[in-house]
Amino acid sequence: MIPSDLRAMAEQERERQEGFRCRIMVCAGTPCLSAGADVVLETLRQGIAEGGLDAEIESVATGCMGPCSRGPLVKVRSRGKEIVYERVTSESARQILFSVVKGRRPPTVSPLPPDLPFLARQERVVLANSGSVNPERIEEYVAAGGYEALSHALHEMTPDDVCREVSLSGLRGRGGAGYPTGVKWSLARKAPGERKYVVANGDEGDPGAYMDRSIMESDPHRVLEGMALAGYAIGAEQGFIYVRGEYHLAGRRLEGAIRDAERKGLLGSRVLGSNFNFRIDIRTGAGAFVCGEETSLMASIMGKRGQPWHRPPYPAQKGLWGNPTLINNVETFAAVPAVVGRGAEWFAAIGTPKSRGTKVYALCGQVEIAGLIEVPMGTTLREVVYEIGGGIPSGKRFKAAQSGGPSGGCIPASYLDTPLDYESMERIGTIMGSGGLIIMDETSCMPDVASFFLDFCRDESCGKCAPCRVGTVEMHRLLRRITSGTATMDDLVKLEELCELVGTTSLCGLGMTAPNPVLSTLRYFRDEYVDHIRQRRCTAGVCTIAENPAPGAEGEALLHAMGVPGEVE
Amino acid sequence: MRHTDRQSDSSLSPALASDPRFTAVERTLKQYQYRPDALIEVLHVAQEAFGYLSDELMDHVARQLKVPLSRVYGVATFYHFFSLEPQGEHSCVVCTGTACYVKRSGEIVKRLEGEFGVKAGNTTADGKLTLSTVRCLGSCGLAPVVVLDGEIAGRNTPDSAAAAAHHLVAEGKPEKKPVAERPRRRGRRGGTP
Repeated sequence: MIPSDLRAMAEQERERQEGFRCRIMVCAGTPCLSAGADVVLETLRQGIAEGGLDAEIESVATGCMGPCSRGPLVKVRSRGKEIVYERVTSESARQILFSVVKGRRPPTVSPLPPDLPFLARQERVVLANSGSVNPERIEEYVAAGGYEALSHALHEMTPDDVCREVSLSGLRGRGGAGYPTGVKWSLARKAPGERKYVVANGDEGDPGAYMDRSIMESDPHRVLEGMALAGYAIGAEQGFIYVRGEYHLAGRRLEGAIRDAERKGLLGSRVLGSNFNFRIDIRTGAGAFVCGEETSLMASIMGKRGQPWHRPPYPAQKGLWGNPTLINNVETFAAVPAVVGRGAEWFAAIGTPKSRGTKVYALCGQVEIAGLIEVPMGTTLREVVYEIGGGIPSGKRFKAAQSGGPSGGCIPASYLDTPLDYESMERIGTIMGSGGLIIMDETSCMPDVASFFLDFCRDESCGKCAPCRVGTVEMHRLLRRITSGTATMDDLVKLEELCELVGTTSLCGLGMTAPNPVLSTLRYFRDEYVDHIRQRRCTAGVCTIAENPAPGAEGEALLHAMGVPGEVE
Repeated sequence: MRHTDRQSDSSLSPALASDPRFTAVERTLKQYQYRPDALIEVLHVAQEAFGYLSDELMDHVARQLKVPLSRVYGVATFYHFFSLEPQGEHSCVVCTGTACYVKRSGEIVKRLEGEFGVKAGNTTADGKLTLSTVRCLGSCGLAPVVVLDGEIAGRNTPDSAAAAAHHLVAEGKPEKKPVAERPRRRGRRGGTP
């Protein structure tokens, strides 16, 4: 395939789509599927077939449309207008189809208001196609302008140009740390090495985060195109996507996408008629949070236990099989086609001066509408929670937002007006992380939440370095003492010392950031810790405080020995 | 003739060698040209085919990929996904991600543990049900989530989860909730069907 073929393919697909009077799109992302989207789609297909409407109406299974808690979602697009229906059942799907045919409003299903902030307030760059193209048809991605950026780069830009474009755009790593992507690419480009690799990190271990999965499921070609651009920029011919083991659907769609792209000459040898060869293989994760860490991830790709190794040398210098390796998050790669296609200036104009572009968040927890959103960097937390998310349900009060998963921290109500960007979040003691935002109301107990995350880190510690292996166990134990009302103020001091120790001496990111949930909850909700210890009281009513007063060290040892449930894991 | 060499040095039992499920494993080994870095991919296929990784299977994979058995064992035990024990007839997985946790999925786990008399991560004595927990399935909008034999069921309560699990064990397949009966907005969540 050469660039003119690509344009012809796009043109042909656009004509085909315009041939239909109407396209009915059903969200086929994991959340909607589990809410019954497959039944809805089946009903629609049946209805269309029965009515002999195949030539007029097309039913499309698309990727994520956003408001996951309102699924299954159906979007009707006709004559340039879009109507979205929520919580569609097979009954209401028939009504929707009927209304499309007859041109009337469906009798009992009402669509989402077109100005619903959840949809209207977003700015979709990475998610531009998700929810409106069929991820299993390459033609639809191409018709939406896909692979144009790659074609442009291969024929009109040098690898250096691509690196420069990415640097100028100010794009930063979306996996968590926010390292400037352009700098990383330039390092990998300059690193000497016969072979180089590009790796997309789609492991996404943060509980409560599913942006990467949605991107891979909804728009797999965008990730592939971003990786191919990276391959061209740094001089690599082989890429790997490391997909989390639980993400079957994402893996399947990526596999199909790779096959299609290879068949069309958009991946493989001599991509788009140029001299650039690029292959992508999928590697499936097997359930280890630590594999989100780049050195562990590479160990896992090489078929070993996912244990980190010491950096430097950084992967950009010495990575897979000792060769320079560029590792970026799936979302970062997905942003690249837009950066190269629409230009660095366009991208840099979105967001704040230091954090450019948009960010995808998985908004969930105690919030009216949960789902996937993409907003410019610097949007405040208040806007996200109250305008886009519709506020806290059942008239409860906002207590905190947990961001960044086990490596992040909690943002209290007093910081609701903090803009969500890398710097501001770091300033208030949390991180952007991969973009999970879990909203908690007054029914959540902060020491309990900290204990939850420490339990997670303790469980997920790979065991290679002692501070993390031993420290997380001890920290979790202390937190359990606090939440069960058996702790003393000394324990709190010990806990704080351990936070410092584990954070500074651990080998990799997992251990270094494990104390963050404790530190940030201590920073803003210290009263609750003290309440648990001194008053033996849990204001939120989450923790079960033991009936009897705190036993001494001996008593506790006895309890351990007797295996009293809840005290020891 | 590299391939036959490898076959001959394997101490594979005739029962396993003639098992039809075994062809998938052999195919994957061949597909990756017996490269040691394909270990995890091979184990994925083996577990999918057999349901768990038996000692014999691991031993075979070790020989075929020319890596020490200790490494195969190390990898198989390091990752949560792999299991060295046979799984129950049915599976019930409770999500314990943050969103589910905030919506009290811990109570669901406790309830199921009590109902079936088995600790999470284990199989009931009669081999009917394996109860396990998982770190976030990414269906956070539907929290708390329970997966029964691969079917995701969202917005659970301890009652609804226990009822669904009992149904699974009794009927042999997960209950398909008719979509029309899903609770509307702000309705009572879950409930015993």
